[in-house]
Amino acid sequence: MSTAPKTTAPAAGRAATKKELPEHFKAYKHVWVFIEQERGQVHPVSWELMGAGRKLADKLKVDLAAVVVGPEGEATQSAAAESFCYGADLVYMIADNLLADYRNESYTKALTDVVNTYKPEILLLGATTLGRDLAGSVATTLLTGLTADCTELDVDADGSLAATRPTFGGSLLCTIYTLNYRPQMATVRPRVMPMPERSARPVGRVVSHPLGLVEDDIVTKVLSFLPDRDSAKSNLAYADVVVAGGLGLGSPENFQLVRQLATVLGAEYGCSRPLVQKGWVTSDRQIGQTGKTIRPKLYIAAGISGAIQHRVGVEGADLIVAINADRNAPIFDFAHMGIVADAIRLLPALTAAFRARLSPHSRDRIAS
Amino acid sequence: MHIVVCIKQVPDSAQIRVHPVTNTIMRQGVPTIINPYDLFALEAALELRDQFGGEVTVLTMGPPSAEDSLRKVLTFGADRAVLLTDRFFAGADTLATTYALATAIRKISTEFGAPDLVFTGKQTIDGDTAQVGPGIAKRLGLLQLTYVAKISALDLQARTIDAERRSEGGVQILRTKLPCLVTMLEATNQIRRGAMADALRAARAPIVKWSAQDAGVEDISKCGLRGSPTIVKRVFAPAARSEKAELIEGGEQPAEAVIDAIFKRQPGLETELAALARGY
Repeated sequence: MSTAPKTTAPAAGRAATKKELPEHFKAYKHVWVFIEQERGQVHPVSWELMGAGRKLADKLKVDLAAVVVGPEGEATQSAAAESFCYGADLVYMIADNLLADYRNESYTKALTDVVNTYKPEILLLGATTLGRDLAGSVATTLLTGLTADCTELDVDADGSLAATRPTFGGSLLCTIYTLNYRPQMATVRPRVMPMPERSARPVGRVVSHPLGLVEDDIVTKVLSFLPDRDSAKSNLAYADVVVAGGLGLGSPENFQLVRQLATVLGAEYGCSRPLVQKGWVTSDRQIGQTGKTIRPKLYIAAGISGAIQHRVGVEGADLIVAINADRNAPIFDFAHMGIVADAIRLLPALTAAFRARLSPHSRDRIAS
Repeated sequence: MHIVVCIKQVPDSAQIRVHPVTNTIMRQGVPTIINPYDLFALEAALELRDQFGGEVTVLTMGPPSAEDSLRKVLTFGADRAVLLTDRFFAGADTLATTYALATAIRKISTEFGAPDLVFTGKQTIDGDTAQVGPGIAKRLGLLQLTYVAKISALDLQARTIDAERRSEGGVQILRTKLPCLVTMLEATNQIRRGAMADALRAARAPIVKWSAQDAGVEDISKCGLRGSPTIVKRVFAPAARSEKAELIEGGEQPAEAVIDAIFKRQPGLETELAALARGY
């Protein structure tokens, strides 16, 4: 621990940090990404993970494999084909109609079997409801380490996965290792990693693996599936423009100032964690480590102090504009532009000014 | 029916402060609370007990001071509280935590009857991993229903449970068999106000306290830091962006000037925003 920074908090420094990888784990090689497919759609987080996985594999000089699990048929075949376009060297595929719906029992068996057969050193999954449900079961079955909600993945000089995530409720960051167990598992939330470029590539090597179950082996039955109505879906994580508010708004009524600016900008709105905890805003609108991670072109944060918990959820934005009355607020440490002002007064003025500026009428004027 | 609810006493993360100079956590004076997500699990369990009869046993692993949280759950009407406390459990990651909790639940089965259901919150506010519930289920061979918004039916004769489970694009309606582990979503219910009788009982009720040995832990090397495959190598505060934010005194500037500054910094944004705004 000689390299430990002076910022060491109590949790660090106690663990046996020596690497003594048992002999039977030395056969574990290559980086794998679980391709999450639900109802025929690949979740974009899977491609984001392929981008991160490609970097790890290149650094380790090993292969990057995609694990595609789903029902027989076109959707699963196309997920496998797409995996090559996002950088896979090979695909492990478990295609079985019993995998049409996500069920913990069948998916845990599929992924655990393929890991035990082909032995990856690193296994990455999206931290979605499906990915977290599955990762916890698989890691416990394999009795290996799992680091949740990583914000950064890297490999060490000795080839170990260094998984960084916020800790202490998002007040600090910590780097976690699984030194003596394999595979090293980690989950990453949607939008934390950038979407890699897709490049058209031919289908490469696909290794098929059987599921080895019949329906009677699976206790849990899917009675029905109610898809979310489009109007109920918030596109916060993937929005191009986001406006969010924090405690600096002072009262729940003032949150409408955030929504009004968002409407004028055609943006999604969000909030910091305290507003959800106070019940001012619903949890699907929370931005930060325990909420959504965003990567918009423009992010306007009004009355948000900028705790690490929030910071890790917005750092991928192209332009962060922070409005805060306190010029010492931590948000000014990572915003690109800071406006020292009372958000309650500035927001309505910004809304009016943006409306005037962006209206078709004024656009015509600019054009002429 | 016997229901076990796993809870965790956590620092109130909203009140955690980092020392500005040393970048260490300032623990002094940070109050502890019951992990808020666990209260949804507890209320769901209490409602099922009220409807179907039986008992609710609440289990926590933590320092001796976690007894405070157990007293609190007794005031809500839990029937029994078990505290798993031992220095061997300290420093556990999620895998070591599930080993300890699963061992304790086996002991609860022999002492107080096998649980039909085990409840946890969807995650804790200090670890935020959402892994402990699935881990307990796997170790005990229980079926699992995570992110449950609603338990729509429970049939104790047929031993089945129907639940609405939140998934990425919608809600899955699932039917599975008991015994089963359920992790409850937030905002699915409201923890009750305890009855006066329960408050009086809670003050004097005995709390079952088990060490690792009492709980029947056979392999101490699977507990705590020693039993944890993951290790924390480094804890640090993120560096400030090397380039400081461009600060504008908004109080003195008209909003138009602020917008000019934004568009000046990011040319091209104005055209994109106009297109987006037209979409509305």
